[in-house]
Amino acid sequence: MAVSTGTSPRAKADLKGLLYRPEVRQIVWQLALLAALGFAAYWVVNNVAANLRRQNIASGFDFLGRISGFDVAQSLIEYSNVSTYGRAFWVGLLNTLLVAALGIVAATVIGFIIGIARLSSNWLVAKMAAAYVEVVRNVPLLLQLFFWYYAVLKNMPTPRQSFALPGGAFFNVRGLYIPALEFQPGFEMVLGALVLGVVATVALRWWGRRRQMLTGQRFPLLWPSLVLLFGLPLLAYFAAGSPATLDYPELRGFNFQGGLAVQPELIALLLGLSIYTASFIAEIVRAGILGVAKGQTEAAQALGLTRGQTLRLVIVPQATRIIIPPLTNQYLNLTKNSSLAVAIGYPDFVSVFAGTVLNQTGQAVEVVLMTMGVYLALSLITSLFMNWFNSRMALVER
Amino acid sequence: MERAGHAATAPQARAVGPIRWLRENLFSSWTNAVLTVLALWLIWELVATLFSWGVLHATWQGRDGGDCREGGACWPFINAWFGQFLYGRYPDAERWRVNLTYGLAIAGLVPLMVPQVPGKLWSSLYMLVVFPALAVILLPGGVLGLRHVTTDLWGGLLVTLVISSTGIAAAFPIAIVLALGRRSRMPIVRWLSVGFIEVIRGVPLITVLFMASVMLPLFLPEGWTIDKLVRALIMVALFSAAYLAEVIRGGLQAIPRGQFEAADALGLSYPKKMGLIVLPQALKLVIPGIVGSFIALFKDTSLVLIIGIYDLLGIAQVASSAQTWLSPSTPMTAYVVAGAIFWVFCFGMSRYSQMLERRLAAGGQRAVTKAIET
Repeated sequence: MAVSTGTSPRAKADLKGLLYRPEVRQIVWQLALLAALGFAAYWVVNNVAANLRRQNIASGFDFLGRISGFDVAQSLIEYSNVSTYGRAFWVGLLNTLLVAALGIVAATVIGFIIGIARLSSNWLVAKMAAAYVEVVRNVPLLLQLFFWYYAVLKNMPTPRQSFALPGGAFFNVRGLYIPALEFQPGFEMVLGALVLGVVATVALRWWGRRRQMLTGQRFPLLWPSLVLLFGLPLLAYFAAGSPATLDYPELRGFNFQGGLAVQPELIALLLGLSIYTASFIAEIVRAGILGVAKGQTEAAQALGLTRGQTLRLVIVPQATRIIIPPLTNQYLNLTKNSSLAVAIGYPDFVSVFAGTVLNQTGQAVEVVLMTMGVYLALSLITSLFMNWFNSRMALVER
Repeated sequence: MERAGHAATAPQARAVGPIRWLRENLFSSWTNAVLTVLALWLIWELVATLFSWGVLHATWQGRDGGDCREGGACWPFINAWFGQFLYGRYPDAERWRVNLTYGLAIAGLVPLMVPQVPGKLWSSLYMLVVFPALAVILLPGGVLGLRHVTTDLWGGLLVTLVISSTGIAAAFPIAIVLALGRRSRMPIVRWLSVGFIEVIRGVPLITVLFMASVMLPLFLPEGWTIDKLVRALIMVALFSAAYLAEVIRGGLQAIPRGQFEAADALGLSYPKKMGLIVLPQALKLVIPGIVGSFIALFKDTSLVLIIGIYDLLGIAQVASSAQTWLSPSTPMTAYVVAGAIFWVFCFGMSRYSQMLERRLAAGGQRAVTKAIET
């Protein structure tokens, strides 16, 4: 009896002490959290299963192999209404990638121009660039898309009264019609020459850098590179007997035939995305250039570098380091924002897959999860690539 | 010699005043002069286009789209729809409730936002507790003899403001938990927070809204339904919580280690350490970032029209395709007006956040330099 009363409070104290130990409490907390989440997941899965059973929807990914039965207005790969839902998935994904790639290029160009203009010594130019940024980034992107699509492009003239653009292109309410490049046999030679030129340029740069490291002499790389990159394919083009022709759009009946037709939806989406994202990129570029210490410019000038060399060898490499991480974020934002295409009817991934396919099959869970998975994968790939690029550009510290 | 020479010669005559300013800022070189002329031409074109669209060729009187054939703005259309732009289909007789709610919000926000006004604690308490309670009574009604107004009648600016402000208010506590979770020493908590934040930040808001409209109903047992507006609100709150969590994490990382260690040395528990020492400092540092998140959320709110909720942009969209006012210039007019309203709100908020940033930079010099050092 005496023994048991002696040990019991002590065992209690041990138990109490155990509960007060941080490691033990952490494990208890985490187990409780896991249990709560597990219960919630179980409840949700159960409900979903019951709901699907009631609505007679079979879960699973079998629907991807079924015939879709709908048409898509723009497709980069072969697709028709007898293709499968799985094929429609790829059509939508490629359309998203197309608009994202074109948008990123356009937004970067506009963004850099506006960002540099904001730093111009010309007061008027700097203020105009600032006004652009303040107006564009404070209005929702979706509103801008509607503006371009419904207010501007829908008011364009009919095909008969098209605007004729230089170079045989036409612009009207149905979109932009540009001459298309058609390849004839023998064009492989030109492609081969281009590959050769790229390889030779890389080799030349490597050799030039090595020579500079060994002897300190700079080899003028710009002109030889340009000759290799453009001259070589051009030479091959003529050697092969001009194996490419232009197919011009022509007005036949009520619409244009031939050439390459760019839909108004794609144009509106590109305009909206690139103008909107450019306003953010401009701010990033400005911050990046301002972020390079003034002493760097002064030191470069003291060393006798020309203005161009200062910019190219001193300012830009350092500004790039500041610019890349936030720029990556903007590229990702643009890719994600391209999903607003669904609102103006451009057949992007969300519009084709999470829109039409979901409505036809009713497989909400699978479709929404696949859609999210695709965007996650795109984000991951982009940030992996940009991280790789960033680490290449990063300062090598001794 | 040098000094004597300077003293002997009179200072060089230089242009002063506006002429000098012009010469230095606009015509300092040939390229600059060309740029100035180009810019002036561009400004002239823009102003002339706007003036001819909005005034010269605009229609001021009319009863339907047929009257708006001038090619310029269609102002009578805005006149007819402006009530809807602000309130949606909220019944005319009950609109005073919305206005009263706005008034109550302003009464709380002004003392909270103007730095000189004392009693920030009371105004925040009012905004966090009293105002939401009043708004929940006033807007939907159904109690105290107020007529019940279902949420499908809400629209326009009202919905934009309700979703963005409720969204940010609901996102805030979630974001704090996520940010603390991401910096937690417990691996499972950390992984879950990181997973949630990164997944949400990796997908577009549209897919999250699609989830709200098609997946959320499947998650609930038979017979349970959630109001469409509430569903969108939940998703918007979760979405912005992920972004806000990253902003708050930035603030947490800027707090010097010594603050954590001092709190530990005083024997404070985790909630006390965070609530009394760390979070007040961290949140103060990231106020501009929080305002930035709110601006982003305010703009993103326009996406709810894709799942069939008519916010300001949604009403503009419906209005511009309404049969009575169909004309080539109606969409342009609708989007310009809606865009101007959005712009005033976003621009005002971004200016306010810049003002705060300057104040914080001046007052919190020590905290900021410390943050840079660590």
